[in-house]
Amino acid sequence: MADPTTPVYRTDTALRDGFWIRALLLTLALAFLTLFLFLPLLSVFVEASRKGYAAFAEAVTEPDALSAIRLTLLVAAIAVPFNVVVGIAAAWAIAKFEFRGKSLLISFIDLPFSVSPVISGLVFVLLFGAQGFLGPWLKANNIEIIFALPGLVLATVFVTFPFVARELIPHMQALGSTDEEAALTLGASPWRTFFTITLPNVKWSLFYGVLLCNARAMGEFGAVTVVSGRIRGLTTTMPLHVEILYNEYNSVAAFAVASLLAGLALVTLTLKTYLEWHYADAIAATKRH
Amino acid sequence: MTRQRIRRILEAALILGAFSICFGVVSGARAQTELLNVSYDPTRELYRAINAAFIEEWQKKTGQKITIRQSHGGSGAQARTVIDGLNADVLTLALAGDIDAVAERSQKLPLNWQTRLPQNSSPYTSTIVFLVRKGNPKAINDWGDLAKPGVQIITPNPKTSGGARWNYLAAWAWAEKAYNKDDAKVRDYMGTVLKNVPVLDTGARGSTTTFTQRGIGDVLLSWENEAFLALAEFGADKFDIVVPSLSILAEPPVALIDANVDAKGTRAVAQAYLEFLYTPQAQAIIAKNFYRPRNVEAAAKEDLARFPKVDLITIDAFGGWAKAQKDHFADGGSFDQLYKPAR
Repeated sequence: MADPTTPVYRTDTALRDGFWIRALLLTLALAFLTLFLFLPLLSVFVEASRKGYAAFAEAVTEPDALSAIRLTLLVAAIAVPFNVVVGIAAAWAIAKFEFRGKSLLISFIDLPFSVSPVISGLVFVLLFGAQGFLGPWLKANNIEIIFALPGLVLATVFVTFPFVARELIPHMQALGSTDEEAALTLGASPWRTFFTITLPNVKWSLFYGVLLCNARAMGEFGAVTVVSGRIRGLTTTMPLHVEILYNEYNSVAAFAVASLLAGLALVTLTLKTYLEWHYADAIAATKRH
Repeated sequence: MTRQRIRRILEAALILGAFSICFGVVSGARAQTELLNVSYDPTRELYRAINAAFIEEWQKKTGQKITIRQSHGGSGAQARTVIDGLNADVLTLALAGDIDAVAERSQKLPLNWQTRLPQNSSPYTSTIVFLVRKGNPKAINDWGDLAKPGVQIITPNPKTSGGARWNYLAAWAWAEKAYNKDDAKVRDYMGTVLKNVPVLDTGARGSTTTFTQRGIGDVLLSWENEAFLALAEFGADKFDIVVPSLSILAEPPVALIDANVDAKGTRAVAQAYLEFLYTPQAQAIIAKNFYRPRNVEAAAKEDLARFPKVDLITIDAFGGWAKAQKDHFADGGSFDQLYKPAR
């Protein structure tokens, strides 16, 4: 059937047959999107505004909510740059060099994706908890890791680690290392080559990775809930705060904070779309598709 | 200046900025005397009121302004968190067994902690009642009705929730009485009841939202205080409280965690906080928040009038919490033997 040398009219028939299938698939996809994406998202905003603007404003400006917002931004501000630096280093090493155990390293980078977030949190409790491996030593030296900011950051870093590296590796691999080789033969230092050739070449993938990493860092619930200790106003990030409010029958406030989170996600998405559209040519050039 | 130099300086500034914010937040939070009360699930509203009153009282007495932080969750899960190192000053959990576990495993408070405050260290009590949908369509009037086919029961997981353990023991106590201590029949009854449970949440509040907000189940086995609160939140036209013929006297205890308060230097204020719970002022707040006060004279009459008369057995019928925990909820206990999740 699928003979590449078939006459034109057969392709034509295939296209005409395709109309109904296409229409059906498109309707299905749109219905699915509406049902599982737009409606729930819309309901968050509707629920948040149910008692008017004043209730919304109060919910997101009361001290515990503000501290949750501050904590969420702080955790993301530490976790994301860290993952960017380590992610670039890992991707660079994997894409540009050959070494023993490379595929093992790639598997390890993917590990946080395949491990349940609850486990990601629990490993830190097992490691740093009072009954854990390093617990007594930390206690003796008065260092707080879990149930405090460092634990939240660690869990977030662990969960969001693959995003940057995963975006960069295929792109860097596709680009190869010819540009870098040229730069080096022309006498550029390795650092200069990296900052003027390698990094600019992959900036769009990097940017996309950072956006994804950031979105997940701010929205992470599972791993963070295990290491947080749920101290209201101190170790509760926005997702945890939403759950607490919901459990206190305060659904308007819960959805108000949730809508802030959803808003952050939408801003991320808009930013990405805008930049993709604005710099479409630049992106196409660096991606060399 | 070359581009790399500028970039490097920018990076350094960024990292420095992140660190300084981080330390700023940490040190800012430490400036004031702070108490951390690690509590179980349904006490959120109670301790919000108690904390406000105590903060005012303490400032009047000492001139010191303090902050009280709250952490809530299933009682067993909260105990686990404290064992793992959560820096709680006071524990206010659902049952003595959970604080026993903390004392044993972390050794941060003495094993005889429960004798240090009056009335088994329990400034308030509660019991277990049923919350059903308005008009009680499935005619659930006593524990026996829970074993009827087609009745969906909502209760949290006894492994993590204190309320669930009280639920379980209350049902067990009723069955022992109803079946004349015939162990096989009691176990058969408990097995049938557990088969009617579609979902086990980790804490009492989770179960309450499952029942009230998600609309799952015909009956919620609930703390009395939690059932009253649900009525107050959602309106008495949605649910009814059913009082069974027999229930259990739940004594949620409170304790100071010696090692933590000594390390933080908060012993005096933490001790005062726990003693405050026994004052007439706090007892009135306790009754207002649907917990049964120890000192009935301190409570408002209309608050007291809400509590129905129930026949109550105590944990002593099970030989105390240590024994009850071992017989029923530890690994391989009766719950593990009887609970087989529906597939």
